[in-house]
Amino acid sequence: MATIPTLALNIGWGTTLAIKTIVVLTVIPLGAIVLGYVFLMKMMSHMQSRLGPMDPGGFHGWYQLVGDGLKFLQKEDIMPAESDRRVFAAAPAVVVMSTFLVFLVIPMGPDLVVKNLDVGVFYALAVSSLSVIGVLMAGWASANKFALLGALRAAAQLIAYELPLLLAVVGVVIQAGTMSLQGIVLSQQRGSVFGWGGLGEPFVLTQFIGFALFLVASQAELTQTPFDMPVAESELVAGYMVEYTGFRFLFFFIGEFGTAFAFSAIAATLFLGGWAIPGVHGDLANILGPVVLFAKLMIVAFLMFWVRFTYPRLREDQLQALAWKFLIPLGLANILLTGIFKVAL
Amino acid sequence: MKPKIPGLIGGLGVTLKTMLRPAVTVQYPHEKEAPAPRARGVIALKEENCTVCMLCARQCPDWCIYIEGHKEQRPPRREGGRPRSVSVLDRFDIDYALCMYCGICVEVCPFDALFWSPEYEYSEFQISHMLHDKVKLGEWMESVPEPEPLEVGAESKGKK
Amino acid sequence: MSTTDTPATGFAVDRSALHHLADAQVNVELDTGDMILNLGPQHPATHGTLRIVVRLDGERVVTADPIIGYMHRGYEKLTEFRTYPQVTTLINRIDWLSSFANEVPFMDAAERLMSIEAPPRAKYIRTILTELSRIATFLLFLGEMAAQVGALTPVFYGFRDREYVLNLIEAATGGRFHPNFNRIGGLKDDLPWGWIAECRSTMKVVLNACDDFEDLVLGNEIFEARTRGIGIIPDHVGPSYGVSGSNLRASGVDWDLRRDGPPYLAYPDLDFKVWTHPDGDSYSRYWVRLQETREAARMVLQCLDGIPSGPVMAKVPRIIKVPEGEIWVETENPLGQMGYYVISKGGTGPFRVKIRSASFSNVSILPWLLRGVYVPDVITILASLYFILGDIDR
Repeated sequence: MATIPTLALNIGWGTTLAIKTIVVLTVIPLGAIVLGYVFLMKMMSHMQSRLGPMDPGGFHGWYQLVGDGLKFLQKEDIMPAESDRRVFAAAPAVVVMSTFLVFLVIPMGPDLVVKNLDVGVFYALAVSSLSVIGVLMAGWASANKFALLGALRAAAQLIAYELPLLLAVVGVVIQAGTMSLQGIVLSQQRGSVFGWGGLGEPFVLTQFIGFALFLVASQAELTQTPFDMPVAESELVAGYMVEYTGFRFLFFFIGEFGTAFAFSAIAATLFLGGWAIPGVHGDLANILGPVVLFAKLMIVAFLMFWVRFTYPRLREDQLQALAWKFLIPLGLANILLTGIFKVAL
Repeated sequence: MKPKIPGLIGGLGVTLKTMLRPAVTVQYPHEKEAPAPRARGVIALKEENCTVCMLCARQCPDWCIYIEGHKEQRPPRREGGRPRSVSVLDRFDIDYALCMYCGICVEVCPFDALFWSPEYEYSEFQISHMLHDKVKLGEWMESVPEPEPLEVGAESKGKK
Repeated sequence: MSTTDTPATGFAVDRSALHHLADAQVNVELDTGDMILNLGPQHPATHGTLRIVVRLDGERVVTADPIIGYMHRGYEKLTEFRTYPQVTTLINRIDWLSSFANEVPFMDAAERLMSIEAPPRAKYIRTILTELSRIATFLLFLGEMAAQVGALTPVFYGFRDREYVLNLIEAATGGRFHPNFNRIGGLKDDLPWGWIAECRSTMKVVLNACDDFEDLVLGNEIFEARTRGIGIIPDHVGPSYGVSGSNLRASGVDWDLRRDGPPYLAYPDLDFKVWTHPDGDSYSRYWVRLQETREAARMVLQCLDGIPSGPVMAKVPRIIKVPEGEIWVETENPLGQMGYYVISKGGTGPFRVKIRSASFSNVSILPWLLRGVYVPDVITILASLYFILGDIDR
């Protein structure tokens, strides 16, 4: 955004780049902390009939995760003696970097998008798969047989669930007619349900199968229960993160919750209408957009974490069977139906 | 016949229901729950009743009670009588690091010198400080509750 | 899963042909050696210090070897030098989750040797407290097995509802975990005022909690997929290893000492159902224990309705010396069948006490049961057998 037309501000190219960089770098950790506090600490606690952190910071323990982050930062940096040092150090960075890259295309307002790519959806899904490489690097570089096994299992799971994720999104793309995320949001804003344009046309109404598929697949992408066998393998052996302590572990943690944040944002954009409220345009939308997007992504994140805290975990072979034998055919059927409805109606 | 909700959805309902109810946590240093009057927290000593008979120290399964006493002569109660010899308690220590909180000493005492008290906040930073002497045990007598009434149908004995 | 008894050292070939073919191909290509995995003494999945040395072939267990004794405290030797009240204090701590139930067979044995019978009110109160300890330990099981399978929330519900039961036990006996309430001839004290009404309301809470567990855990399709068909104990194999209690009833064997053994406590007066399940898998063990929790709550309510008035202590001499003799008493504890063989030579303490603990025999089936299962299923099976280390090692 070189200018914000109605506010008549003239911002140079360098300042724009600086603002965009700062926004991208801060919003992911902030989002991770907010999601982690609200859902992991408070919602989980209340679902378990307890209170969660109450003392740190005075008001319902809001400072807890900040304190945790600072605690991780001051820990000793230990690396296994036989590990591959450079790969070991780089692995958390690769995982977190893919989250930052996803955030580049998520629109927060009609003009508030870092880069409005025409192939936004394609880019987002492709880049989020880069974290698999980070997981494999972590497992290999740990010089630990069990870490390697955990990493291979995690990689198999993540790759298996990429397909349902993709197929869920294809239905939305067919219905919207464009792959650009901004375009998808605008088509939901302008659409109408049975002639009434009051709510716009959030795609969750017609793409409910796709929404369910997306939620399940993103649950697996984040290795959350019921798909957390690679991580909860710490019953027997530890997962791929076993040799990581201190700030490298903090990176993994930010990566996990940051990716949850990013996937919730994508789901909110694709299915719930993103930053758009029908009837709100221009400058007001630029101001309200991030707030609306945040509210919608919290709804999606609530659903994901609700499932996470309720269900037991699936065994690895059951997990793979679910992906290949159930979710992928369902996704293909969804695409077929969407295509028929779009062309015929 | 109600239609059967799939178990996955029913489970979500349980967690949502629990989330909307208040939590059961008692935030300890700020709020405290009172234990039951019979709760076996700490043993209190009523020194004037003790006759240094050593029954409690003998019956303790862990041998955590250390008693020392001596005999003294007291003047006779009335004119022309023999001087009485009375046992005086010198030392009555209970090592709470060993104590099993079984209550055998309290039951076995024939003179009702030992009582249970529901006091529980007596932790120390060093194990050697867990050996409490008769002064401290006497202080705890204040927290001993009154013997409480028994349930319907009991033959009332109203014991401690 | 077939029921042939292949020796524990061989790789069990019970699976369907398809699985076996796939395994054979993978083994030929990768030539994986056997890997030894040590589920060490410190482990979140084994409830205490149990060590299982597992030999793996890829994902499958070839042999499993439990090594016990990390928590041996020498109970049987300790009882040789303690009087009867002191022994009562100690044996609370064998199975610490349902500690009142440990005292009952020992007290029964001592009372029979002395030919004393506890008054009826004492028997009823003992029954109520035994069933309360059964509820307490099963509520913990219901939450904790779900935690081993992966669900995080049922553990908290189990502990939360167990608090009400423990508060009841504390109000009556003075101790939450170690009541130490039995005396030869009856009980130490009667119940405090208002206990019966509070017990009734707590039983309602327990019954609601069981409904919650049924919705949250038993009905969950993922839980069913993780536990159905896992760790099947056929009904002729269980008794041959000495498996008892809910594990046996979950294999379909209709045997409960409260109904089938010699009468003890107030059970002959009560009307209760013994729950069995025809499969012998982990799911049925969870199911049976859930039903038994409900049944225990109903039994407590029955006892509360029918509790007689009177003394709680029979006439016993001040210094108790049990006459010479030996006796074996066995009762249905929450973990299984627990028994004491008491030899008395007329002193103030027993001459020798032999403790038959339920978990010791329950764990002996592990080498047979764990052959050929997947590694995550080992955790599920351990959780479903529900042993307590204090009970295994004494």
